[in-house]
Amino acid sequence: MYTVSASPHIHSRQGVNRIMYDVIIALMPALVVSIIFFGLSALFITLLSVFSCVVIEFCIHKFLFKRTDFSVKDGSAVITGMLLAFNVPSSVPWWMIIIGSVVAIGIAKMSFGGIGNNIFNPALIGRVFLLISFPVEMTQWPTNSFNAVDGITGPTPLALLKDGIMSGKNILQIKGLPEYQDMFFGNIGGSLGEISALAIIIGGIYLLVRKVITWHIPIIVLVSMFVFSGIFYLANPYMYINPLFHLLSGGAMLGAWFMATDMATSPMTIKGQIIFAIGIGVITMVIRMFGAYPEGISFAILLMNALVPLLNKISPERYGNNLKKK
Amino acid sequence: MKLRKKYSTQTFSKGGIHPLDYKLSNSKPIEVFRVPDYVQISLSQHIGVAASPTVKVGDYVKVGTCIGESAGFISARVHSSVSGTVEKIEQIIDTSGLYRTAVCIKVTGDEWESHIDTSTHVVTSLEYSALHILEKITDAGVVGMGGATFPLHVKLTPPDTAKPHVLIINAVECEPFLTSDQSLMLAKAEEICVGISLIQKVLDVDAAMVGIEMNKPDAIALFKQVAQQFNSIAIVPLQVKYPQGGEKQLIEALLQKEVPSGQLPISVGAVVVNVATAFSVYEAVQKNKPLIERVVTVTGLEIPNPSNFMVRIGTSIHELFDAVGGIPQNTEKIISGGPMMGKALIHAQMPVAKGTSGVIAVPYELAHRNESSNCIRCARCISVCPMGLQPYLLQVYAEQGLYDALESNYVLDCIECGACSYVCPASRPLLDYIRLGKNKVSHVIRKRKQK
Repeated sequence: MYTVSASPHIHSRQGVNRIMYDVIIALMPALVVSIIFFGLSALFITLLSVFSCVVIEFCIHKFLFKRTDFSVKDGSAVITGMLLAFNVPSSVPWWMIIIGSVVAIGIAKMSFGGIGNNIFNPALIGRVFLLISFPVEMTQWPTNSFNAVDGITGPTPLALLKDGIMSGKNILQIKGLPEYQDMFFGNIGGSLGEISALAIIIGGIYLLVRKVITWHIPIIVLVSMFVFSGIFYLANPYMYINPLFHLLSGGAMLGAWFMATDMATSPMTIKGQIIFAIGIGVITMVIRMFGAYPEGISFAILLMNALVPLLNKISPERYGNNLKKK
Repeated sequence: MKLRKKYSTQTFSKGGIHPLDYKLSNSKPIEVFRVPDYVQISLSQHIGVAASPTVKVGDYVKVGTCIGESAGFISARVHSSVSGTVEKIEQIIDTSGLYRTAVCIKVTGDEWESHIDTSTHVVTSLEYSALHILEKITDAGVVGMGGATFPLHVKLTPPDTAKPHVLIINAVECEPFLTSDQSLMLAKAEEICVGISLIQKVLDVDAAMVGIEMNKPDAIALFKQVAQQFNSIAIVPLQVKYPQGGEKQLIEALLQKEVPSGQLPISVGAVVVNVATAFSVYEAVQKNKPLIERVVTVTGLEIPNPSNFMVRIGTSIHELFDAVGGIPQNTEKIISGGPMMGKALIHAQMPVAKGTSGVIAVPYELAHRNESSNCIRCARCISVCPMGLQPYLLQVYAEQGLYDALESNYVLDCIECGACSYVCPASRPLLDYIRLGKNKVSHVIRKRKQK
């Protein structure tokens, strides 16, 4: 007797864990840069975050779901842990990371039913929860070890800009804005993993090559941010900064390449993804330029996440549906 | 120009995958398989009504004797592939997995019906009228040999309202492992071209296009050369992509036209016929030989000597495996047809039928299913679906029994190519549920029409 089942009888053998491990590999350059600039505390925060996320997922799976097929093996909790760490300053106290992990995995992911069922990006929920609950700790950024003595805190480029504009200065009067090359390589203040645009782009290209993501979401998020802020820049360059500054600062790169592209919380069709990405770009810029917070990409992604079920109503173009063509 | 000869970018536009090729037997010429001692010839080797038996137990039949008469509009004749005595007429499980009536013949000698021309001489003259050709095709019981086994004479008599203007020959063979069409094309190029001309005559179409994927450069080169002697047969090399051998995909690749949802290829003026069917047409018309044998690829990763055999219909699949070194120990599945769309068999004692293009012994490593887990919404199933459907959604609707939602999401457009299940990283049983959904929805639609 042989096994009988319906076709197809072969499979690509590319499982969920391969996708997840590819994302983990793609996050490595950003981790290395954060260790270079922020020292071992960056590594400590990341490991702690990954560890607590994995443990929490394991416990919920075992004691609440009472299941034995442990989804922890797929590596998605590791990614959530890394992204959560990448979104906090390297100086946060360790217990905050654990609270963030509980919120990210426990509330944002497992309460919806685990991998694939969550509506919002778990790492961002964890981050925003911490930001709202502990605004002081979450907005004190250690200046990196190349510029100053360790332990001295300084603002991020976006915070500098926001404070300057709020106090009525024009762009040229704001002191201390970093050079573009420093922003590109990561020699600026900010959350752990978001400082170096270069490291994130390397990781992003790896994901593209491995076909884990398509170019649509990251490129369109960045382009729409550039265009939206570019229009204001052209209208009044004294009030609004060069759009390039926006692309290289804050969480723009990390958000566009790693957070917005999260499979479970982004639309299924290319059309939906385009609308989703434009929405993220525009909302981010609206918050950055007109909102109270200096940075808005976390909120932008979460807001668009909420629209994903609606965007999934958009169907792909069917074969035989269009009678045009030659 | 030279570059274009080596590489083709022509293909269908939506979705598609590139499974590993495993064409292990692609350099093997066709070997004529010995006449078996015993055959089981199913009377239901085609889509439609089963043929009704015209012989009874104890009758002596020759090679080519009609043993089953067409029993409906969509039906086909069945002929004996051997000479010998009808031992019994019984129900057997055939490669479709269903019980079918089969005529079992104990073989004695190899005596052919006298009107069959058994010489190898290629008859190229096209003297018969269209009606006469069609009659001969009907008499010979020719069915589509790509796997769907639709009776050819029905396909070749489209309704008066639809006038075909191009004949498409499907020589894509996009399934992994299978090489039966390729080996047939290399051995019988001229005969196939005559067969194509005959079908053109029946349909009264001037143009014929042969779509061949670029992984068969030998067949493309040979056909380009042979086709020069024939009017209006164009050879079109196509990019390698599964499921290009799907009728609708092939039409789009060749004509850049899409068949509207729920309609037949004739609605865009095309008739699609498999290359092996064209060869059967040649034999039926020029040689008076009914469809009693076909090329079967016998292969598998662990098979010592994968081969292409010319096999009498009704030969046991087990005998074919014995000839290539036996069924390997670690075989998990025996598949009739390709690994993407073929059927898994319960055992290997089943007979070869008109639609059996290959039999494959697939080991556990290739055939096992991973445990399925949550959908991670990676959207790969959407991006590979050649019909532009949303497999993940259809699967959920089918699982929940939401047949209205299935229907309004065009579940009936699914061609069951299996690309979605193939790529799904969570190994979800997408096609299994979609198939169930299709079944239920067509049932619902039929009931609605009856009211």
